[in-house]
Amino acid sequence: MKIVCRCEDITEDDILRAIDEYGCTTLAELKQVLRLGMGHCQGRTCLLIAAKILARKTGKGLEEIIPSLRPPDVAVEVGMMGGCDEK
Amino acid sequence: MKSKADVVIVGGGINGCALAYELSRRGKEVVVLEKRWLAHGATGRCGAGIRQQWSTEENALLAKRSVAIFEHLSEELGHDIELRQGGYLIAIHDEDDMHQAKENVAMQRRIGLPVRIIYEDEIREIAPILDVKGMDAIAATFCSTDGHANPFLTTYAYARAAERHGASIHKFTEVKDIRVNEGRVTAVVTDSGVITTPVVVNAAGAWSPHISRMAGIAMPNQPVRKEALVTEPLRRLFDCMVISFKHGIYFSQQDHGQILGGIPSPEETTGYHEEPTYSFLRHMAYMLGRYAPPLKHINILRQWTGYYDVTPDALPILGTTDVEGFIQCNGFSGHGFMIAPMTARLLAQLICGEKLEMPIDRLNISRFKGGGVVKEKSVVG
Repeated sequence: MKIVCRCEDITEDDILRAIDEYGCTTLAELKQVLRLGMGHCQGRTCLLIAAKILARKTGKGLEEIIPSLRPPDVAVEVGMMGGCDEK
Repeated sequence: MKSKADVVIVGGGINGCALAYELSRRGKEVVVLEKRWLAHGATGRCGAGIRQQWSTEENALLAKRSVAIFEHLSEELGHDIELRQGGYLIAIHDEDDMHQAKENVAMQRRIGLPVRIIYEDEIREIAPILDVKGMDAIAATFCSTDGHANPFLTTYAYARAAERHGASIHKFTEVKDIRVNEGRVTAVVTDSGVITTPVVVNAAGAWSPHISRMAGIAMPNQPVRKEALVTEPLRRLFDCMVISFKHGIYFSQQDHGQILGGIPSPEETTGYHEEPTYSFLRHMAYMLGRYAPPLKHINILRQWTGYYDVTPDALPILGTTDVEGFIQCNGFSGHGFMIAPMTARLLAQLICGEKLEMPIDRLNISRFKGGGVVKEKSVVG
């Protein structure tokens, strides 16, 4: 078994199955279906591996597959952010 | 791509896919056209909530009947949609709020919703994490059958079920033009072919004014950028969605344990702006800490934006237009996901010439021609 996304516990087989069952051709769709890359590390390791699996399966180029990145870049405490606006 | 269809649906969000299912199981040949991927727009960016507590009877009824469908949808579609009915807790902050809440609750109870007004002790009992003083609340309304479901899985479940009934769904396919001849729809022109059809449904959400314009129809709805964030997952702390119309905040704990919520951004703006803002992050974090102080110590993982497709009265635009065969299914103003099951059923009945389970005339686009629309007041996010 090859683990791809450690935070959300997703294997290579899970990804291959999602591509076949849901017709996923983008990382965005794999995120939606599997929660790939939505865990604590925000896909730092797994998204590139998954992108390569997608490229291999779909014949698309990597540049078509890499998604937009959502802030914040690193996890940040609610109290720290909220403290900025405390009156 | 097929060269003809009974119905072409523009937009592969929850409403487009749900309607594709309802039509194809009635024997219609349906094609869905989606410019990006399924649930790319508002559906895949929404707060996932399912609320029946509305101020207008139209919305409350649509939502109530949708919940009845949601309750059996996993079995009906053959796919788990992760429905959880933990209720919605709506803060009441002052006497004005209380007056409106009493009016809403009276209407909601009349149509059969289990809604009631609760006070401090019961608020704490339902969601111990809440700080009633920090919320600046004097009471709340609570409806136990409200809840949430997974918007991605629900959309995919509808899409797959529609395909099993023969529907064709084309992602990464853009609509370029809609052909109208002598006041009726004749075809849809896409970037990969032309489809002859007598019926086009505009389920393009924030982009629906563009699609309408192709058929020569002007619309009053506008895209408004909304923002949301999600935290790291935690063990289950509370089951209900917490919202406030005054502060505009909403948040809930999702199935995987993460807290998901939003609030109007200080830089909220009309038009197509996709960038997330730092001011939203600060404001939401501050308010979340006020409502639920223990959450100050958990990490925010991600923020994103999406559009509310907002109409002047915050009610959807459903049904026929001056162009025969051009059907509107948009203007959901931030609550398209939660009323999609019933909306799809009603529009399928309209398109197939069946008797409608409830009237939708008052949601027709023609209501904006006169004056005097009754605005939905219970809007958050």
